[in-house]
Amino acid sequence: MDGNSETSTGGAAMTLDAKIPAGPLVEKWERHKFEMKLVNPANKRKFHCIIVGSGLAGASAAATLAELGYNVECFCYQDSPRRAHSIAAQGGINAAKNYQNDGDSVFRLFYDTVKGGDFRSREANVYRLAQVSGSIIDQCVAQGVPFAREYGGNLTNRSFGGALVSRTFYARGQTGQQLLLGAYQALCRQIDAGNVKMFPRTEMLELVLVNGKARGIVVRNLVTGKISSHAADAIVLATGGYSNVFFLSTNAVGCNTTAIFRAYKKGALFANPCFTQIHPTCIPVSGDHQSKLTLMSESLRNDGRIWVPKKAGDKREPQAIPEADRDYVLERKYPTYGNLAPRDIASRAAKQVCDEGRGVGPSGLGVYLDFSEAISRLTEHTVRERYGNLFQMYEKITGENPYRMPMRIFPAPHYTMGGLWVDYNLMSNIPGLHVVGEANFSDHGANRLGASALMQGLADGYFILPYTLGHYFASTKPEKVDSSHAEFRKAEEEVRERLKKFLSIRGKRTTTSFHRELGQLMWNECGMSRTDASLRKALQRIPEIREEFWRNLDVLGSHDELNTSLERAGRVADFIELAELICQDALHRTESCGGHFREESQTEEGEALRDDDHFCYVAAWEHQGVGKPPSLHKEALQFENVHLAQRNYK
Amino acid sequence: MDLTLYVWRQKDAKDSGRLEKYPAKSIDPNMSFLEMLDVVNEGLIQQNIEPIAFDSDCREGICGTCSMTINGIPHGPERGTTVCQLHMRKFKDGDAIYIEPFRARAFPVLRDLITDRSAFDRIIQAGGYVSINTGGVPDGNAIPVPKVAQEEAMDAAQCIGCGACVAACKNASAMLFVSAKVSHLALLPQGAVERKRRVLNMVGQMDAESFGSCTNQYECEAVCPKEISVQFIARMNREYLQGRVLPEA
Ligand SMILES: Cc1cc2nc3c(=O)[nH]c(=O)nc-3n(C[C@H](O)[C@H](O)[C@H](O)COP(=O)(O)OP(=O)(O)OC[C@H]3O[C@@H](n4cnc5c(N)ncnc54)[C@H](O)[C@@H]3O)c2cc1C
Ligand code: FES
Repeated sequence: MDGNSETSTGGAAMTLDAKIPAGPLVEKWERHKFEMKLVNPANKRKFHCIIVGSGLAGASAAATLAELGYNVECFCYQDSPRRAHSIAAQGGINAAKNYQNDGDSVFRLFYDTVKGGDFRSREANVYRLAQVSGSIIDQCVAQGVPFAREYGGNLTNRSFGGALVSRTFYARGQTGQQLLLGAYQALCRQIDAGNVKMFPRTEMLELVLVNGKARGIVVRNLVTGKISSHAADAIVLATGGYSNVFFLSTNAVGCNTTAIFRAYKKGALFANPCFTQIHPTCIPVSGDHQSKLTLMSESLRNDGRIWVPKKAGDKREPQAIPEADRDYVLERKYPTYGNLAPRDIASRAAKQVCDEGRGVGPSGLGVYLDFSEAISRLTEHTVRERYGNLFQMYEKITGENPYRMPMRIFPAPHYTMGGLWVDYNLMSNIPGLHVVGEANFSDHGANRLGASALMQGLADGYFILPYTLGHYFASTKPEKVDSSHAEFRKAEEEVRERLKKFLSIRGKRTTTSFHRELGQLMWNECGMSRTDASLRKALQRIPEIREEFWRNLDVLGSHDELNTSLERAGRVADFIELAELICQDALHRTESCGGHFREESQTEEGEALRDDDHFCYVAAWEHQGVGKPPSLHKEALQFENVHLAQRNYK
Repeated sequence: MDLTLYVWRQKDAKDSGRLEKYPAKSIDPNMSFLEMLDVVNEGLIQQNIEPIAFDSDCREGICGTCSMTINGIPHGPERGTTVCQLHMRKFKDGDAIYIEPFRARAFPVLRDLITDRSAFDRIIQAGGYVSINTGGVPDGNAIPVPKVAQEEAMDAAQCIGCGACVAACKNASAMLFVSAKVSHLALLPQGAVERKRRVLNMVGQMDAESFGSCTNQYECEAVCPKEISVQFIARMNREYLQGRVLPEA
């Protein structure tokens, strides 16, 4: 029953115990809640926890833990916790409320998520996620999140990719913003009450272990450059995803991997790093100056139809192409799900038609997302009400009016299913180090369904971590450690040395030029599809980029001031090393599954072909030193409640 | 296109600051304004000049991090647009562009175009929330909310907290920001319970933060990237009056 483990390729033997509670799936969480130890309320104040990150996962965890009485410090790199990148989520959040009476249930949400993740997630975790999903909606409503409603005053829903029921709750096209503001406000209430100390514009640069336990962090104040140490009884990383390893992604320009990568270098296992998600509906790249890519919410696929010309090289204006000459790719290939096919499938379909020379727009890297049929069926007014802000955003960026012209879209890196390995309690293999939200690997397998990341972040922060962290405190007696401990001095010194190194190279290339080069390489060789040859090519090139980075980087200014180039240099240094790890993971996993598409492993129709005999496991990597191959630990995945099947969305 | 930039450079909070002139050459009209600055910065680094420091994160108009005043207008000339969403096609070849930080006493400059807007966080901390803990709340559909109220609450809740309203106001008043949060929560049954306490506390904090008072110039609404309406200021004034006259029992 327990996620058993095995260790291969070097490295000390390590037991990877997922700590999945015994008992039937539906009872595991209830039973575990009962069996977990509780902390005496009078003692909670004495337990100190550090939360790095103030997105949905971090803010909800910080607020809830503080409400329970724990002593919390929370950190973010933005100038305000309200600006974490969760703010940018557009489409919505899933919950198995079955308000629409269309056949949804906890089991169906669980099933859709496991299947959507291409059977590479833990059943027990996903089931728990579906179980608590309803409470999230209740909580957010009570906080004043203005979810969309019907005239009768009830909450309304929309459908999202990978599901045939309507279970997605939304607040116009700004769901992430409204959910984050709810969590941020709860956090503000605790800051005001003196239960949380908030450190904005403060970046975690090192994790500190004392006697094998996570006991603190070293941070840099991004305004003054001051380096300082913070000690605690438990550390929670809620630092988001690492899609910016591709340079261009839908993430904010500041999103980074530093916190989890530093932890990886201190011994935390990195699970399934190659499970990255390419989102099908983003605005295409317009030129070399591009600094990020903008997502057009997947909810647009409810009413927009994806098509390309049937003939390669058809350069006519879209309106001039008659129906008979159009190929509605997804509707043709996947009649049941049509335009709502899951993201990995929709992205690959777009890549395929572009590879065939049927892509649209100046670069030929785009497909149409057409609303003309929806506008005539529903009226322009209704379409505006549903997607107004998205259409406006599209027009601002491209200068084209999507009410008149079909949108042009193309896939872009968006979400990372991989992350630090955690057990059922959301604790990594380092005692005391917990990881929540996009930063962990836990619930989405090899592909995340739309509207499920917000659900997971808030489930972790509001309803799971507050229980499991209490259990950790109650069952381990953390010895007294404060930031005067020698380990902190050592870590601070390492951080200072590193910063000085960046500033002393004085080479010829900017941080951005390295980041852009790395991103291009990753997109070409380890992007929407991967091959043995492409990955070997990347693995040859990345160490060369790394070597040049440390020899030829140019960062101006000093470390004891606000220095945005210096911040970026540290992040890019970590991305370069992470890129290598991603490619190693992708190379070892010779099957295709979800977002990880190995060209060598496909069905006759070109769909991802899993290899359950050899790869039905979580690949958790242990750092062995820069430039050295990491060692692999496997957590076998067992499916007792869903049947392992080839995904079929036809 | 080729442009001439006049950019505010200020080393830190203590420095007095000055405008520096930089050419911006071969700018693609499809670039966003911040991408144009990225390109200029890459050029500056090559010439051994420290890059222009400016704040940005999401670059899609929702996080409220980006903040600068372009030719005297916070977020620049396009209505309803943050500077990260402003594109160079809105400018002409040969234009001179003046770029300065948001100016307000409550938003001290930290470096170049970066300011400290933490006063906004402290206003929310003073009461911009519903005082409930996690758990123990009723079902999401237990309390029906009229669609009109929900839509109006959403109009207010869209505020991204960028501070353009303050920067545009000659009194540097934060009324639009504060009224948006007060209105969002007061319009919903879940937030209405403590509406009086909330408005008094938030306005009290606003006054403590050296923001100016509102003299109904409506410059705030004109520059708000989310086009939040000044009608919320009127609503807050009513809320405030009721809070003063009829305090909570
Ligand atoms: C454009 C876009 C649209 C999306 N739309 C949807 C959607 O409709 N539905 C859905 O379910 N999901 C959506 N997602 C995914 C979802 O938004 C994210 O997965 C989720 O919000 C991540 O939340 P988080 O709390 O884990 O991380 P984040 O919100 O990214 O927060 C990370 C936090 O960590 C902090 N941090 C990071 N590194 C450090 C460091 N070194 N030191 C200090 N602090 C640090 C940051 O300051 C920030 O506070 C979308 C994602 C994007 C990019
Ligand atoms: S950078 Fe987020 S709003 Fe401009």
